[in-house]
Amino acid sequence: MLRYNAGICLCCKSHTHLQENRSMESLTAETLARAQFAFTISFHIIFPAFSIGLASYLAVLNALWLKTGNQTYLTLFEYWKKIFAVAFAMGVVSGIVMSYQFGTNWSVFADKTGPILGPLMAYEVLSAFFLEAGFLGIMLFGRKRVGPGLHMFATAMVAFGTLMSATWILSVNSWMQTPAGYAMNDVGQFVPEDWWQIVFNPSFPYRLVHMVLAAYLTTAFVVAGVAGFHLLRDNEHAASRRMFSMAMWMAVIVTPIQIVAGDFHGLNTLEHQPAKVMAMEGHYDSHPEGAPLILFGIPNPEEKRIDYAVQIPKLSSLILKHDLEAPLDGLDTIPDDEEPPVAIVFWSFRLMIGIGFAMLAVGIWALWRRWKNTLYTDRWLHRTTMLMGPAGFLAVLAGWVTTEVGRQPYTVYGLLRTSDSLAPVAAPAVATSLLAFIIVYFFVFGAGTFYLLRMMSKAPGSGTVDLNDGPLRTAGITPAAQVDTNIVDRKKTDSNDQEHLNGN
Amino acid sequence: MEIDLALVWAGIIGFAVITYVILDGFDLGIGILFPFMSETADRDVMMNSVAPVWDGNETWLVLGGGGLFAVFPLAYAVILPALYMPITLMLLALVFRGVAFEYRWRTLRWKGVWDVAFAGGSMVSAMMQGITLGALVQGIEVTGRAYSGGWWDWLTPFSIIVGVAVVIGYALLGSTWLIMKTDGSIQNRMRRYAWITAIATLSLMALVSILTPFQDAVYFKRWFAWPSLMFSLFIPLLVLFSAKGLFTGLNDHRDASPFVYSLLLFVLCFIGIAISFFPYLVPPSVTIWDAAAPEKSLSFALVGTVVLVPLILMYTAYAYWVFRGKINPEEGYH
Ligand code: HDD
Ligand code: HEM
Ligand code: HEM
Repeated sequence: MLRYNAGICLCCKSHTHLQENRSMESLTAETLARAQFAFTISFHIIFPAFSIGLASYLAVLNALWLKTGNQTYLTLFEYWKKIFAVAFAMGVVSGIVMSYQFGTNWSVFADKTGPILGPLMAYEVLSAFFLEAGFLGIMLFGRKRVGPGLHMFATAMVAFGTLMSATWILSVNSWMQTPAGYAMNDVGQFVPEDWWQIVFNPSFPYRLVHMVLAAYLTTAFVVAGVAGFHLLRDNEHAASRRMFSMAMWMAVIVTPIQIVAGDFHGLNTLEHQPAKVMAMEGHYDSHPEGAPLILFGIPNPEEKRIDYAVQIPKLSSLILKHDLEAPLDGLDTIPDDEEPPVAIVFWSFRLMIGIGFAMLAVGIWALWRRWKNTLYTDRWLHRTTMLMGPAGFLAVLAGWVTTEVGRQPYTVYGLLRTSDSLAPVAAPAVATSLLAFIIVYFFVFGAGTFYLLRMMSKAPGSGTVDLNDGPLRTAGITPAAQVDTNIVDRKKTDSNDQEHLNGN
Repeated sequence: MEIDLALVWAGIIGFAVITYVILDGFDLGIGILFPFMSETADRDVMMNSVAPVWDGNETWLVLGGGGLFAVFPLAYAVILPALYMPITLMLLALVFRGVAFEYRWRTLRWKGVWDVAFAGGSMVSAMMQGITLGALVQGIEVTGRAYSGGWWDWLTPFSIIVGVAVVIGYALLGSTWLIMKTDGSIQNRMRRYAWITAIATLSLMALVSILTPFQDAVYFKRWFAWPSLMFSLFIPLLVLFSAKGLFTGLNDHRDASPFVYSLLLFVLCFIGIAISFFPYLVPPSVTIWDAAAPEKSLSFALVGTVVLVPLILMYTAYAYWVFRGKINPEEGYH
């Protein structure tokens, strides 16, 4: 590595190439640190997106079981509980990595924003992570030890914890997008002025609603995918039917709400981060009398235009301003060094929207089938939901890429540039750790995904007690009274479900 | 009277760190002991003894890191780049270890792989925690508001000795925990391991204590000047007392007392370290007050902490209560 001494390069004792080299080096360290952040956070978000939704689903299943005594709900609860445990473990370990990443790679950012973001994240730990972790053990292993009432409470606490977690972390992220309620001190730190304004900063409510709905949709489509898979094999299977129906209700009710929420989110972004919306829309040029909606096209950053654009005149102005003739500024009004990378934002935004409308279509299709009484026999519907199983994850990732890349080149929007946030780390150190993260994550989370898929490929309640019965293991902990729930629950089973339990 | 919020917070962070060591120490220790127990059934029992609580234990580490970020952002911003490599290795090791808790039960063919991941992950993260501590004791070079040392400054014979001490100390906690939670052959084996690790831990503690005052003249002065000399004598006395309790407990085949005395040893070490550090957060230059976030951040975070930490302690205790008692291998996992 090059060493610098009072502006003189130690290798050739000249000043000339030094400036260049220094910026070269910081550039690579910056790029690598960004790649590392993007890689690790993208892996992390996959698991919360699933476990936020699944935790709530489990609470609902458990409550329904307690209320109706219907065995199907318990079967589903036990089935998804095991899947939840694996996904949750992956979420936790990838999350712990995130909480240290601000310091290792972005220490200048951490020093400057710590007084504001730190307390919010501390609240996340205190009010969310402990709650999830503290009650998780009871939810997974404790039903026989604490009884159904407390077990229900523990399950609800886990679900509540995941929602608290989303609330705080999205407040953090939203503050970075739309900072409010702060002042600067003399060492250049952001310091709090008004906590209310900080927590409820302008983009936070929109982002929170949109993300929580996204998590619910993601989970609904995973559940639907698994249900579709099993219905294709046995469309009489009670548990598969039940979860398919539940997931399709979610799809048809929540997707429209999500689309409306997304629209509001976009309007809010237009107000606070217009450059991001310009990139999302692909508006290189200003449109003084009504801007077109560009459906597709190829962003051309050199020429600063969208090639082969397929567009609907005036529609963008209608959506964003609710007025066909309203003028809209384009990226030509933004200085070059404040322009986000257009192509990534443009494409990822379209991917998310596309998936959103596809989800809506599936929801409506299922509603129609339900009306026709063919919800459980339409094989094409089941195949489609299988295909759409991972769609939520893609939409979540695409949405976050839009959000995060669209706010570049800033980490704290308009105030702190990404290039000024970097830790004094050398490129080789970041490169090594990035490589290690890539190898470890693909190995570990690849194996985890494999186990998840294998668990999902077995139908709920398929009688075989195989080695997948993980949570049973702590049945080994005595001495609390051991009641075999299987025996107790069998009695409650309604005859319809009994048939399938035995049949399997 | 003005309350010194920075000092209060230093106390809270200290509390989070020691709680982490107490709670996660024994479950990392179980991973460290894994290679010495080759029977699958024994390993199942060992892992089962912490499966319902390990996640909560590890959350204290997140609170330590997150708390530092919140109330001492400068310390967070200096320590993490300085210890880039050990911290990154610790995080990666925790990834392997954490997923092993679930993965291990999902496969027959790869069970061995996740056993190695669990043992290796536990060992490496314990080692890295020790190295981090050792490197902090040695001191971290700071210029302005940033780390200004080299990339390998943390790697010294001293930090490695501390690393080994922590690994062995955690193994002691793990073995005494298992003495409490198991019976029969596992318990007997663990008694033997507890003897070995207890002797090794105490020797290493002595070695580290002798070396510490020489890492920095300040420590030397603090430990051997009046009035702190009182402490300097008092703590070793308490250490001797705990050691005696530990050995007696092992000798008399007691279930719980060895674990309790081992924990006490860790708490005493921690107090010793705290005495050496005070009033620095990042020796030898950043004090608690230099690093503190503005008043408004400290008080905002304090409100929640005062309310939530007691609650957390309560439901954590409840979870331990629910899963109390010995593990019964017969009824274990089928
Ligand atoms: C299942 C997931 C999902 C689906 C179907 C949608 N979104 Fe979304 N979207 C997200 C998941 C998501 C997200 C992951 O939750 C993001 C990333 C950051 C955020 O706040 O939410 C997001 C961001 C995001 C943004 C960027 C806001 C900003 O940061 O400035 C906009 C404008 C929209 N969405 C709009 C929509 C619209 C109009 C949709 C209707 C088709 C839509 N989204 C469907
Ligand atoms: C969870 C889903 C998220 C995803 C998929 C995601 C993705 C990304 C991506 C792709 C970048 C790189 C942008 C670029 O370099 O062009 C980035 C940057 C960043 N994100 Fe996020 N992000 C997520 C959530 C968050 C949250 C919750 C926070 C804060 C708490 C956050 C903080 C940051 C910071 C500080 C950067 C700056 C570093 C950089 O620009 O690379 N992100 N994120
Ligand atoms: C840079 C940003 C982030 C950091 C530093 C972070 C940190 C963490 C940590 C430390 C954990 C483990 C908690 C434990 O020990 O139990 C975790 C888990 C979790 N995180 Fe994140 N997180 C980030 C982004 C997000 C986002 C964007 C969301 C959702 C909107 C989220 C939601 C969750 C949830 C629900 C969990 C619970 C466990 C799970 O399902 O994975 N996090 N996170």
